[in-house]
Amino acid sequence: MKGQTAAETEYNQAAFGSRSWKSWFKFDARAYTMIGALLAIWVLFSLLHERFLSPTNLSNLFLQMSVTSILAIGMVLVIVAGHIDLSVGSLVGFIGGIVAMLNVWYDWPALPVIIVAIAIGALIGCIQGWIIAYKAVPAFIVTLGGMLVFRGLLFGTTGSVTVAPLSPGLKTIGQSYMTDLIGWVIGGIGLLIAAVLVLRKRSSRSKYGFPVEPLALSVLRIIAAGTLILGFVAVMNSYKGIPVPFLMVVVLALIFTFITRNTTFGRQVYAIGGNPEAAKLSGINIKRRVMLVFVLCNTLAAIAALVLTARLNAATMTAGQNYELDAIAACVIGGTSLIGGAGSIMGALIGALVMSSLDNGMSLMNMESFWQYIVKGGILVLAVYVDIHTRNRKNNAA
Amino acid sequence: MTTALEMRNITKQFPGVKALDDVTFTVRKGEIHALCGENGAGKSTLMKVLSGLYPTGSYDGEIVIHGDVKRFSTIKDAEQAGIAIIYQELALAKDLSIAENLFLGKEFARWGVINWDRAFKESEKWLKEVGLTDVSPETRTGTLGIGKQQQVEIAKALSKNANLLILDEPTAALTEQEVDILLSILREFKARGVTCIYISHKLKEVFSIADSVTVLRDGKTVGTYSIEDITEEKVISLMVGRELKQLFPRIEPQTGSIVMKVQNYSVMHPDLPGRKVIDDLSFEIRQGEIFGIAGLMGAGRTELVMSLFGGYSGAVSGTVEIEGKSVRIKSTQQAIKHGLALVSEDRKKYGLVLGMDVKNNITLSSLRHISSGGVIDHQKEIYQGNDYMKALRIKANSVETIVGTLSGGNQQKVVIGKWLMTNPKILILDEPTRGIDVGAKFEIYTLMNELIKQGMAIIMVSSELPELMGMSHRIMVISEGRKTAEFMAEEASQEVIMTAATGGRTG
Repeated sequence: MKGQTAAETEYNQAAFGSRSWKSWFKFDARAYTMIGALLAIWVLFSLLHERFLSPTNLSNLFLQMSVTSILAIGMVLVIVAGHIDLSVGSLVGFIGGIVAMLNVWYDWPALPVIIVAIAIGALIGCIQGWIIAYKAVPAFIVTLGGMLVFRGLLFGTTGSVTVAPLSPGLKTIGQSYMTDLIGWVIGGIGLLIAAVLVLRKRSSRSKYGFPVEPLALSVLRIIAAGTLILGFVAVMNSYKGIPVPFLMVVVLALIFTFITRNTTFGRQVYAIGGNPEAAKLSGINIKRRVMLVFVLCNTLAAIAALVLTARLNAATMTAGQNYELDAIAACVIGGTSLIGGAGSIMGALIGALVMSSLDNGMSLMNMESFWQYIVKGGILVLAVYVDIHTRNRKNNAA
Repeated sequence: MTTALEMRNITKQFPGVKALDDVTFTVRKGEIHALCGENGAGKSTLMKVLSGLYPTGSYDGEIVIHGDVKRFSTIKDAEQAGIAIIYQELALAKDLSIAENLFLGKEFARWGVINWDRAFKESEKWLKEVGLTDVSPETRTGTLGIGKQQQVEIAKALSKNANLLILDEPTAALTEQEVDILLSILREFKARGVTCIYISHKLKEVFSIADSVTVLRDGKTVGTYSIEDITEEKVISLMVGRELKQLFPRIEPQTGSIVMKVQNYSVMHPDLPGRKVIDDLSFEIRQGEIFGIAGLMGAGRTELVMSLFGGYSGAVSGTVEIEGKSVRIKSTQQAIKHGLALVSEDRKKYGLVLGMDVKNNITLSSLRHISSGGVIDHQKEIYQGNDYMKALRIKANSVETIVGTLSGGNQQKVVIGKWLMTNPKILILDEPTRGIDVGAKFEIYTLMNELIKQGMAIIMVSSELPELMGMSHRIMVISEGRKTAEFMAEEASQEVIMTAATGGRTG
């Protein structure tokens, strides 16, 4: 790489402005608002019910948020690209049906079932994505159609009966927990990864002669991440251990955060959502990218189907119903713009956690289920209102 | 003859620009009065003031109609005073019938229920007025040709009891026969005492139909002349008659070999079958030169460069050679691969992702330069973004500034930076200095010089003749999709360019 002259370093410092300690914390008002809202909900429920923050309940909470989270991860990409996918709920039901049928009726072992499920998800993503990208049928329509078609296919293939119970091998995906030891090992690896990422960024920045954050701050970052990770492991281990589905969520979230932030594909998806005309004239193959986005989203729906079916130990006719709405709500609460071009995986996960916390807390308090619908609906609208309001204020100030 | 309209001392300010500066415009009753001027001379602004689109108070001066001072707050007020304007872009609801369009917003309704029989009857009457007797009022307007749609628009204006009809570039999209029909309708109106303001670039039409002509230039009235007292040449010289005040740092061409050769190039309109937006164009471009393309709005300049770049949806015929090899460019990806780059005329719509920051926009077309295996090296991106920001003197806090917050000139530099990063052989600049301040303009000219020194070829499309003449080495003029002239910059004058651009063949 190029060597840095003193003048260039000076220039870079000028270009980035002089950095005070404070400036290294990028103030992302939206992210803090979201985390603040989540903490407020947790504090409220823990005051209302003493067991809300107990390890048992937290373990349940993370288990419950898994399916919505996996769907929301794929939905972020779709919405960022300026589209929508209404079919994922039915797709979860349909693929869940196939999974249970192959496993229960035809005695297929877990691995081939998983492979077939994922292949079906990818194939359906190809078909829906192709119609949307290459045949220019609006995503809303294609996936609304898909929603009906997949629900119909579920009824047709299973003959409208519940298919149960699954083989023990397949059930592990949805029901098992990591042993304490493995939990600590995973926590340790997580800490190590966090440390490597922080330090690599430092060395990369200094290689190009950019100002590097104070070492103390880097150490602080690593300590904060470590506390969060190891604290989480400790809480989970004091019940049954880390739930396997949640571990899958974490892995998928890491992969897709990497895709959105560090790959050319991710960058192009954000550009397409931000300004499709400009993206096209910049030489981006919009059609291919949009199709791939749907392939990824529907493949994730297949994974969600595996988790859900395994957790319920059955494929039911109503499995996955309205899950697409939960996923969309999670994205939107997490700051994804329905116009396209903006949104993050992390935000969507926090959104999913908000939705699941509401569900969980209200069930814990034995509130009737109609309240859950009303409260969740209200929170969704409120979240978007707050988001738009703060954004307008920022724009007016600029 | 009495005065139908008098616009006195109209001044209209936009932030940083005086679009109209003390314009006075008088139209006699029952005449056809042409309004001429270059792009940006203030014609459209003046008409927007007249039609109430810019409400009273947003400009200085007064409007007098048949002796009364009028203050229009809305378009509706202007309509009530008998003013109807027909824009270049027709504003019919294409999925509604002629009758529905004619009476949109003033349906013959009682308790909200429309009396369709009456609407059809009335429609027939107004259609007859404009000579449209061969179509039923139930026809969907979208199925009509542009000429007939325009006649429907005129019928709609008349049905509002308009006695002052304004036509803004009415013939831009019409075929020759359609133009003849339109002109004969207008002559008929004149005989019945309807006053008409006719805005057109096409001086032949102006001279065949108008009684008098007013010329605007740089937001000021140059003068009003009776058509018998003036010639086409004189009007052109009045339109362009400005001195080259700006400084153009043109350097000698560094002419090398031919990089691009375009022959018998035609482009079809994507929506209107049978209509060519570009008709049988041939030209070639050499390394190290700036090739200017002149033409009036709607002449097909943007369509030409967009289709060369693979970004236009109309079908293409003819051949394009790049560095001696015949190429067929069907997508922008291919265009970039063949070394083309296009800075489009509308940077916000086609050039930038406004919500992204400076470096993300600069690297958008060259992500492979800053990535390996599809994974972006963020620090490298910042580094390279910085290089372009420095080289182009983009004024932003850092490469992480959102481009939507930058000034027009700096946004334009970001777009140019994006294309330079792709290492193009041919850089196409469509209206490169539109809407940016003088200082930034000069910087862009200087940059163009540096680029041709490095052997790049530049195609520059511009509506600003001084800029085009000041910077290009050769100039091609197109009019209605056809090449009407090509000259070396030394041979060009604003008059000959305008003559060619308004349809006259020279050279």
